[in-house]
Amino acid sequence: MISVRDLRVSFPVGRTVVPAVRGVDLDIAAGECVALVGESGSGKSVTARTLVGLTGPQATVATSHFEINGQDVRGYAERDWKRLRGSFAGLVLQDALVSLDPLRTVGAEITEVLRTHKVKGDPVSLLAAVHVPEPARRARQYPHQLSGGLRQRALIASAIAAGPPLLIADEPTTALDVTVQAQILDLLAERKATGETLLLISHDLAVVSRLADRVLVMKDGRVVESGPTSSLLAAPSHPYTQELVQAVPSAASRGRRLSSAGPALREPAALYSAPPASSAAPSAAPSAAPSVAAAAGGGEGFTSSVSAAARGGEGYASSVSAAARGGEGFALSASAAEREEGERATPSSSADSVVVRAEGLTKAYGRHTVVDGVDLTVRRGEIVGLVGESGSGKTTVAQLVFGLVAPTSGAVAFEGAPWTGLKERRRRSRRRRLQFIAQDPLSAFDPRWTVRRIVGEALPDGETAAPLLERVGLSADVLDRYPRQLSGGQRQRVAIARALAPRPSLIICDEPVSALDVSVQAQVLDLLADIRATDGTALLFISHDLGVVHHLADRVLVMRDGAVVESGPIDDVFHHPQHEYTRALLDAVPNLEVSQA
Amino acid sequence: MLRRIGTGLVVLWAAATAAYLALLAAPGDTVDAIIGDGADTPLIRSQIIQEWHLDRPAVVQYLDFLWRALHGDLGRSYLLQRPVSEVIGGQLAPTLTLAFSAGVLGIVLALVLAVTTRRPWARRASSTLELVLVSTPPFLIGIILLSVFSFRLGLFPVSGDQGVAALVLPAVTLALPVAGVLTQVLRDGIDRALDEPFVVTARARGLGERAVLVRHALRHALLPTVTLIGWLFGILLGGAVIIETVFGRPGLGQVTLQAVTSEDMPVVLAVVVFSAFVYVLLNTLADLAYLIIDPRLRRS
Amino acid sequence: MTIALDRPVSVRFRRPRGLGVAAASGFLLLAFAAAVTPGLFAGDPLAADPLHVLEPPSAAHWFGTDQLGRDVFDRVVHGARHSLSIGIAATLVAAGLGVLLGLLAGLSHRYADEALSRGFDALAAFPLLLLALLFVAVAGPGTVGLIVAIGIATLPHYARVVRSQTFVVRQAGYVTQAVAFGDSRTRLVLRHVLPNVIGPIPVLAVIGLGEAILAAAGLSFLGMGPQPPSPEWGAMLSEGRGYLSIAWWTSILPGVVVTLLVISLTVVGRRLQRRFEGRTA
Repeated sequence: MISVRDLRVSFPVGRTVVPAVRGVDLDIAAGECVALVGESGSGKSVTARTLVGLTGPQATVATSHFEINGQDVRGYAERDWKRLRGSFAGLVLQDALVSLDPLRTVGAEITEVLRTHKVKGDPVSLLAAVHVPEPARRARQYPHQLSGGLRQRALIASAIAAGPPLLIADEPTTALDVTVQAQILDLLAERKATGETLLLISHDLAVVSRLADRVLVMKDGRVVESGPTSSLLAAPSHPYTQELVQAVPSAASRGRRLSSAGPALREPAALYSAPPASSAAPSAAPSAAPSVAAAAGGGEGFTSSVSAAARGGEGYASSVSAAARGGEGFALSASAAEREEGERATPSSSADSVVVRAEGLTKAYGRHTVVDGVDLTVRRGEIVGLVGESGSGKTTVAQLVFGLVAPTSGAVAFEGAPWTGLKERRRRSRRRRLQFIAQDPLSAFDPRWTVRRIVGEALPDGETAAPLLERVGLSADVLDRYPRQLSGGQRQRVAIARALAPRPSLIICDEPVSALDVSVQAQVLDLLADIRATDGTALLFISHDLGVVHHLADRVLVMRDGAVVESGPIDDVFHHPQHEYTRALLDAVPNLEVSQA
Repeated sequence: MLRRIGTGLVVLWAAATAAYLALLAAPGDTVDAIIGDGADTPLIRSQIIQEWHLDRPAVVQYLDFLWRALHGDLGRSYLLQRPVSEVIGGQLAPTLTLAFSAGVLGIVLALVLAVTTRRPWARRASSTLELVLVSTPPFLIGIILLSVFSFRLGLFPVSGDQGVAALVLPAVTLALPVAGVLTQVLRDGIDRALDEPFVVTARARGLGERAVLVRHALRHALLPTVTLIGWLFGILLGGAVIIETVFGRPGLGQVTLQAVTSEDMPVVLAVVVFSAFVYVLLNTLADLAYLIIDPRLRRS
Repeated sequence: MTIALDRPVSVRFRRPRGLGVAAASGFLLLAFAAAVTPGLFAGDPLAADPLHVLEPPSAAHWFGTDQLGRDVFDRVVHGARHSLSIGIAATLVAAGLGVLLGLLAGLSHRYADEALSRGFDALAAFPLLLLALLFVAVAGPGTVGLIVAIGIATLPHYARVVRSQTFVVRQAGYVTQAVAFGDSRTRLVLRHVLPNVIGPIPVLAVIGLGEAILAAAGLSFLGMGPQPPSPEWGAMLSEGRGYLSIAWWTSILPGVVVTLLVISLTVVGRRLQRRFEGRTA
């Protein structure tokens, strides 16, 4: 159906030309599902868009052989591509909230395809075909009036309206909650079953493993490995693929390192100089100055949600180390224990190792209750995970514990003394014992300050930033850089260094890795695990990603609609979920067959 | 929407109050300020004191001023010996004609320029033109047009407001800077919209470039343009003062200018309150237009 | 082989490149030099020569002479001082008050903010020229009235930018972080909010200066500025207008200089803006 040889795409960035794709061979046969997998900047999205001639105005595309349906398309003009788009291939992008015109009804968007290609059909039956309930009413609605899942279905309906044999789905589930993601994947599987050809682009190996017949792993514009999905994931031969598979956090990965290199090493250079392509619209890429924040831009909310094969009910004893650590008793390292001796000055009862205790936390805005009676305890050196889908109230819990927002009712005690209900002035002396790491570190730094000043600000008097940076795996030459000059991973390390600097007893981490690529995420998660092990710092770890939480946390709280539906030691909750919502969540997580657990 | 109307009323009130304060701040006593260059007789003075309740406490004077303004009674010009509303009403038509035709011309010109100049060379030429138009004082544009089309070519009359021919040059003069700014805003809005993911989706459907531009991008570009409507009004009304001077047209601008030079405060205050009223009215209309264009702002 | 897969359709606005910016900066330098030491560049702007009235531009008189035989070029050069000083003073008034009030609105609680914002709205409700005319009506024509009028009329522009910027910075992660380090409110405002809010103001002021100069020229044109025989650009245009049919240079050439000055300010300002955005974004 499609056959490309030695595909090369480059974008002008400033005065230089940055190659995004450097020699990719791609064949897609009718009826198969091919997946392109890679991290941001790997060139996977650009490759996919080349197939419909949508690389953007400034791109230079070169190829030695490019056939679609047996036709040589190398000399195709815009007019010729226009005919192919929609009728030969439909394109589904990440988030339908921005991928459908927000000013037009869903029905109008679908009708537009039909009219453009002079195809008979009506939007209502197309919406029905992708299982949108009440299709007639939905067709009259605007994208913002639909839920994320319905929007994505509507987008798919518009892509298949003109009956194209090929459907290109570029990160089709990335912006969605895990339960919705599962439904969309089911829908795509259904399309595939009807004989439609599918090209799936994703950063998420687990999503891919569920659908694809064949996988191509891309890195820095090249395909480093390709083959049938099952054999490639079971026995990856290329080091990068191995690294990727290994980097996926899950129950099975508990207790082992996710990144292959030590923390001080390997910060992918690609991130820094990468063409700002990947799944962000490539048309935006050449126009703006190349944004260094390609990965952390927030456009790609990364959900590397994977759970182990172990969980599926087939004997989870494989994760021995995890089980061993599953309890709550966590041995503090000597150094941390010593420091604690020295810092008893802060109010805390020595008998109790509780760092934070929240009771009956409730937050309501007007009639709308965001957090409803949450109880939460974090002990010394413990990592407590807080999971939930968007809108579950987990971030509000973080703000309540941090003291940024006052609870409507309920109270928080920090290190044995009351924390909520105090005037900010009276909390100030204890503030440094409680730190915060946010999802987007860029906005968490004053843009005018260098790393030296950012970290130095947080350090006690007389200490310098360099040793601390070394601990988080950064060399001293980042000291005089500004935040925007750092890669996403480097920024999150600086954020961690800053949080560590005042030697807090608790760090609240709100989605600290969800903007990062899998391999960078692996390094940051390893770093967080190291810090807990050496310093005994407790973490309240908030994430939507069950795999990440299962990998890292000792205990977990599952939140839904502002309330905790289930809590307990991580393995108990994730392997024997009591609440039906927890079960639904876990079932929705796509599985990755990880062979070398 | 109710809230918007509420804020509009607050703005109006603030404007009226500011105007009133300006009257108080004028040098000399208030009676002198109201008389301006007009005839100063004891009879007139007593009339003024009676009309403005100057013998009553300041609060009463102020509330009475607001009360009268609310009823459209903007006082009386003692210089012109006529009620102010009559003075303004009589000169409204030529200014409205000028502002309206210039506004329409400017908007049409901007739409055409923004949509047609998408190619690199065309957009560069157009951008340069916009920069020049925006940076040129309107009276210079008027003077140049006059000297070329009236004095050199004799195509249009030099002054007056008789017939359509006399309207052409003033309207064009006023429309050009408007077109310059609007084109910039529209083009920027279109560029932004074209960078959005939904445009990729639209192109992926096989839509042509023109269709993408007109059906998708242009609507998004209209949003920031609509908010400029208040500014547009300022340019048109403020510009009218200058244009009417350059082209010797009668109108509100001339009335204002004369009132300022002859210190006829009632007329000046009335023009200020009137223009604030039109501004608030237009902005409320702009909010309505916003609701029509952007469904996200409507209550579901 | 290379194929073009897509025609260029969405190339962003090419901002003035090196050449334009250099020319604009050069012109600005000249204008400022003329404003500071006009005598260096031109002769007496008031020297009338009844024998050479309304002469077209020549080697002796680059911009020709006006109805009194005064050299138009000399007058234009000397006019730079009036226009620039009025423009700069008005911009300083506007930016200074605007930053102060905008910061106040952005930092204060809902009601105070609402009151201030409505105040900005009310000010913006008047066309600049009308507001200035109101001032002139109260204070009489002259330089100071012009400065105050233009300053206050353009104030909302700065105040609104500072206010919304303050909101953005207040929400920013680094302010949260500063709370985590126990910073007091005053310290927070001085160390984080003010510096990050004030950044774009100088650049806005450069562009605003052009606007102020245009407004000043417009008011002078209407006879509300410095009174004759002061060589003010707007006033010169107004005077020359009567001779338009026989001597276009007396009005059009000073106007062209105003235009060039405003264009230069815009070009340089936009360039600075782009540099600035590149540095923080």
